Amino acid sequence: MRAWLERQIPKMVLAPSFVAILIFVYGFIGWTAWISLTRSKLLPKYDLHGVIQYKRLFAAPRWDTAMDNLFLFGALFICISMALGLLLAILLDQRIRVEGVLRTIYLYPMALSMIVTGTAWKWIMNPGLGIEAMVRGWGFENFTFNWVIDPDMAIYAVVIAGVWQASGFVMALFLAGLRSVDGEIIKAAQIDGIPGWRIYSAIILPSMAPIFLSAFIVLAHLAIKSFDLVVALTGGGPGYATDLPATYMYAMAFSRGDIGQAASSAMVMMGVVFAIVVPYLYSELRAKHV
Amino acid sequence: MSDFSATPAVSPPVRPGQIALRWLLFSLLGLFALFYLMPLFVMLTTSLKSLEEIRSGSLVALPREVTFDAWRTAWSEACTGIQCEGLRPYFWNSVLLAVPAVLISTFLGAANGYIIAQWNFRGANLIFSAMLFGCFIPFQVVLLPMARMLGLMGLAGTIPGLIFAHVIYGIGFTTLFFRNFYVTIPGDLVKAAKVDGAGFFRIFWSIFLPLSLPIIVVTVIWQFTQIWNDFLFGVSFSQAGTQPVTVALNNIVNSTTGVKEYNVDMAAAIIAGLPTLLVYVVAGKYFIRGLTAGSVKG
Repeated sequence: MRAWLERQIPKMVLAPSFVAILIFVYGFIGWTAWISLTRSKLLPKYDLHGVIQYKRLFAAPRWDTAMDNLFLFGALFICISMALGLLLAILLDQRIRVEGVLRTIYLYPMALSMIVTGTAWKWIMNPGLGIEAMVRGWGFENFTFNWVIDPDMAIYAVVIAGVWQASGFVMALFLAGLRSVDGEIIKAAQIDGIPGWRIYSAIILPSMAPIFLSAFIVLAHLAIKSFDLVVALTGGGPGYATDLPATYMYAMAFSRGDIGQAASSAMVMMGVVFAIVVPYLYSELRAKHV
Repeated sequence: MSDFSATPAVSPPVRPGQIALRWLLFSLLGLFALFYLMPLFVMLTTSLKSLEEIRSGSLVALPREVTFDAWRTAWSEACTGIQCEGLRPYFWNSVLLAVPAVLISTFLGAANGYIIAQWNFRGANLIFSAMLFGCFIPFQVVLLPMARMLGLMGLAGTIPGLIFAHVIYGIGFTTLFFRNFYVTIPGDLVKAAKVDGAGFFRIFWSIFLPLSLPIIVVTVIWQFTQIWNDFLFGVSFSQAGTQPVTVALNNIVNSTTGVKEYNVDMAAAIIAGLPTLLVYVVAGKYFIRGLTAGSVKG
């Protein structure tokens, strides 16, 4: 009896966390999924009405803008961050004496809250007093840089701030990857007289494929969850010009009192995340068990 | 993974052409360093200028007259809405919120990771996968039910409510960190300790926890950064008076009453970012390790 109890202790200690995850992750996803199929407005109603909320969602111009923005922002944010991160990693990999200092400088934005980042860039890109005013002060009277207040360009302003924040992190990932490539192979290639850029393009980069994938997953995940950055930088504006699914969901949930819409938009967001993450997680977990 | 110390790949320059390349390399690296430092520089100089100087001078100019008025205002007078007490009360809210949430979630992660890695029973891996999965959900999908749940528990709009939310949604990551650390410890250690008569808790306290300092540091830094920088939970689950510093900062910047005080905004932004920045400068190595472990393996 005592021995049996002893064996149960680990399960008993793990149980509260497991139950919490079951309720607060899986149960809550179920609740949101259910609400997304009802006509709930300010308060939840539980009788099902099919996919009416999803129909409303896909018919809403604001949601349309939000999804377009997500793909535009996501594509640019991911591509530029990856390219810049890779470039920085390769540059830093050339026996730089001050590498530690530069690494610290490139990566520190990742420690900041996106609210801080957004606040800083909002000020820098302020048309009246920021970069625009500065360049005009240098004598270029016709210079304009008013992206944060231009509905067509504001989303690119969000991209700039996002890249500033996340590219150093991609650099750190790639740098670690570059350093983990077998030094013997590189030495052999150098002895054979293969030029440096060929060593990178033909030997080092192909062996880093898993790191490209990780960086992509992390950045995509950040892009889909981006909420703080938009709130701080543009507030979703001008108008709805920089709305993302996350800000749409928040607006429906907490200022419009339309929790049916909020729930259905959250479910679509989860669908997008899972379309990207699940294949990756699956392959990771499988690889570990083999 | 986070070890940068291996030998660099490419050999040092010898020919004159390569010296030119070297210069190009350094100017590029320098330009990028300027790009990353510029916002911090602008924030700092703007926060030390007076409003007149901001209006008349250039964005990147150093302050002609250094004044700390904006910092004083940001800390104790700036309006976050109808209240004008500055960032100070909200800064303490964030401290009161982050410290317990970090400690509890780290401790739970250590216990869970220890069990999953070392006391393998049937279903343990399934439980681990279920927890891992929870790390990836966009929090929007639990926002509505969590707000209702906190209401039912009588924790709506309170700091304990926020702590609760951060602990629950932090368990996945902390468990992942500790589990990945503990699987590298040979299972024979537990077996030997059991033969010597040590039980489940004894082995955890006397053998595993003393070994865990590096992963505890990584986990604490990761959780602290996440929780301090959080905005979504803060804005959704708090009310006037219990808001964390990120929410208060956003309110100060977007408050529409009176003259727009850019120097105060910048001082407030630096204050809000200072704790995590400090952690990064002091323990950058562990910060990077958490980032790479949390993202590559999670």
